[in-house]
Amino acid sequence: MKSNSIIELKSLSKNYAVGTETVKALRDVNLIIEAGEFIAIMGASGSGKSTLLNILGCLDKPTGGEYWLDGTNVNSLKRNQLANIRNTKIGFVFQSYNLLPRTTALENVELPLLYNSGVSNKLRREKAENALEAVGLADRMKHLSNQMSGGQQQRVAIARSLVNDPVIILADEATGNLDTKTSFEIMSLFQELNQNGITIGFVTHEPDIAAFTKRNIVFRDGRLIKDNGVKNISSAQIALEQLKEEENLQEKLELAYAG
Amino acid sequence: MVGRHSQISKLLINQVDKMNTLNLIKVAISAIKRNKTRSFLTMLGIIIGVASVISMLAIGEGSNASIKEQISTMGTNLIHIQPASRSRGGVQQGREMSQTLEVQDADFIRENCDKIKAVSPEVDGSGQVIFGSNNWPTQIISGNEEYTYIKKYDVASGRIYNSQEIKSAAKVCLLGQTVVDNLFEDGVNPIGQTVRFNKIPFKVIGVLAEKGDNTFGQDQDDIILAPYTTVMKRITRQTYLRAIVMSAVSEDEIDTASAQIEGAMRISHKLKDTDENDFEIRTQQELMSTFGSISEMMLVLLGSISAISLIVGGIGIMNIMYVSVTERTREIGLRLAIGGKGNDILMQFLIEAILLSVIGGIIGVGLGIFASNTVENIMGWPILITSDAILLSFLFCSFIGVFFGWYPAKKASALDPIEALRHE
Ligand SMILES: Nc1ncnc2c1ncn2[C@@H]1O[C@H](COP(=O)(O)OP(=O)(O)OP(=O)(O)O)[C@@H](O)[C@H]1O
Ligand SMILES: [Mg+2]
Repeated sequence: MKSNSIIELKSLSKNYAVGTETVKALRDVNLIIEAGEFIAIMGASGSGKSTLLNILGCLDKPTGGEYWLDGTNVNSLKRNQLANIRNTKIGFVFQSYNLLPRTTALENVELPLLYNSGVSNKLRREKAENALEAVGLADRMKHLSNQMSGGQQQRVAIARSLVNDPVIILADEATGNLDTKTSFEIMSLFQELNQNGITIGFVTHEPDIAAFTKRNIVFRDGRLIKDNGVKNISSAQIALEQLKEEENLQEKLELAYAG
Repeated sequence: MVGRHSQISKLLINQVDKMNTLNLIKVAISAIKRNKTRSFLTMLGIIIGVASVISMLAIGEGSNASIKEQISTMGTNLIHIQPASRSRGGVQQGREMSQTLEVQDADFIRENCDKIKAVSPEVDGSGQVIFGSNNWPTQIISGNEEYTYIKKYDVASGRIYNSQEIKSAAKVCLLGQTVVDNLFEDGVNPIGQTVRFNKIPFKVIGVLAEKGDNTFGQDQDDIILAPYTTVMKRITRQTYLRAIVMSAVSEDEIDTASAQIEGAMRISHKLKDTDENDFEIRTQQELMSTFGSISEMMLVLLGSISAISLIVGGIGIMNIMYVSVTERTREIGLRLAIGGKGNDILMQFLIEAILLSVIGGIIGVGLGIFASNTVENIMGWPILITSDAILLSFLFCSFIGVFFGWYPAKKASALDPIEALRHE
């Protein structure tokens, strides 16, 4: 066990009772995540990725095994204590953004801090502004969430997940609703955040996207079957530039054909 | 390293355990603002409920107060004796036919009852009054010189008849304002003129001050007042009285006064111990309490109707809060996921419900006052807005906010965050 591990799972399992049957969504999962990692969690549909992420995010409790988060054994915590952990140590990014509609970006980002009475109004505003700057939306703070593009909305959601200085950001198919170009932009943002020391756990189906992370773990039928470091990490920034070049070329070609 | 930070984490957990209520209010307000139409619709039930409570109570209280005031203008120490309506040979006889009251009864009471300040016989009749080419159907009422004092009539101009004129059954009269208006052209002074009532000429010696309508909607100014002797001798041609009217020395002495009167009347009518009274004593206070209880009943009725509308408003709040819990399931899931506790969600929804009903209540109070004043101005009904009515409806609607907000809020707070986030 290394000294800077922030998450440790020991033979973790999760069962769901569906009627008379038991669905074993996770079986005997052992995993250590260290500070500064960028992990892609992969696997076929129904393999247990979301289940794992929900447990990591303290939204759900394991059936068996142990879960240690930042020195706390989460198994023993009550509903309200789990809420506090989520509030102070976890940042969530969802596939469908989950922003409050008709609410400014700034207010959306402030939301987690509203549930923390230890944060003053002034500090809350400051932190939210910083988080929005970090995701490149400094000039969109007062915009309403429902007047933004999907990519911008997801940026706001990422800012919201950053605002409480979490131990880890957990994202479940955060690029699932976005087109390739915007996905790359979001991944580029995640890479940048990770370079600044933020730990990220990222569920995805797509190998292209997983290639931007540092470590890939793969699930099948609730078991962790593969755990690799990524050898040649691609830069999302470079991928994005290539994509743009291709698009330009495409446009020129089309113009040429038209002309 | 696992376990090393556990002290710190515990400290952290305790520190953030209490969610700032102020923050929750902020959250609730922004949720209300975000859903303006829905918030307004939610409030509408309460607005209408409170406004109707206030205006119904204002109308009820207003008519209650004005009835009481009108009755008291007829004199609060007034006591009235009428002939008893009794059956003879199985036939119920009307009051007019029972001829039991005579002038000597009035004299006997005057001499023997020290709790009585003034006594007058009362006789009346109806007919046509004519002046020049104008004629007007009206009523003649009559008494002695104390009659105006007992029945709270004031003489606006001229004078009341004197004892000499009573004794001689003089053909003099005073006119009510309505009669004056209908007989005389503007600017003609009625005093000194001669009018004819049922063909008998009366000299006008005075005009009565205006009194307005009484409780029963009768115009109290549509009368002619004359000495009772004159009316008995020349108009009704009877020796019997319609009533004897009296003033007790004070309002507090009314009950003792009526007891004295009853004793005196039984002696005057030479009734044996086994005989029933052949007369009835009525006090103004009885009348007042009869009418008071009728109008209070109406008040209760109006109050309950509007209370029902408030409850319907409350159910509206519950309905919309309930729907909004379903509609906002994802929002609730998100709030739970980013660290909102079940209790925070409960409080947020409850505060929303309370804010909506309190704001709705304030608007409702304003609307209710406005509606009451409009009713007063347009319909001319008397209204009375009491602070009790405002307080009552206001507290009631806050209570409704809590009561009907509780269940949906409780439901929201118990949601599972994962389920809620997955909700479409
Ligand atoms: N609340 C639940 N009740 C019953 N079974 C569940 C529940 N949640 C998940 N499961 C089951 O657990 C297994 C793992 O589901 P999970 O959502 O973790 O898969 P996933 O890897 O995220 O799939 P996808 O890529 O489609 O999102 C599935 O078989 C699923 O049916
Ligand atoms: Mg999933």
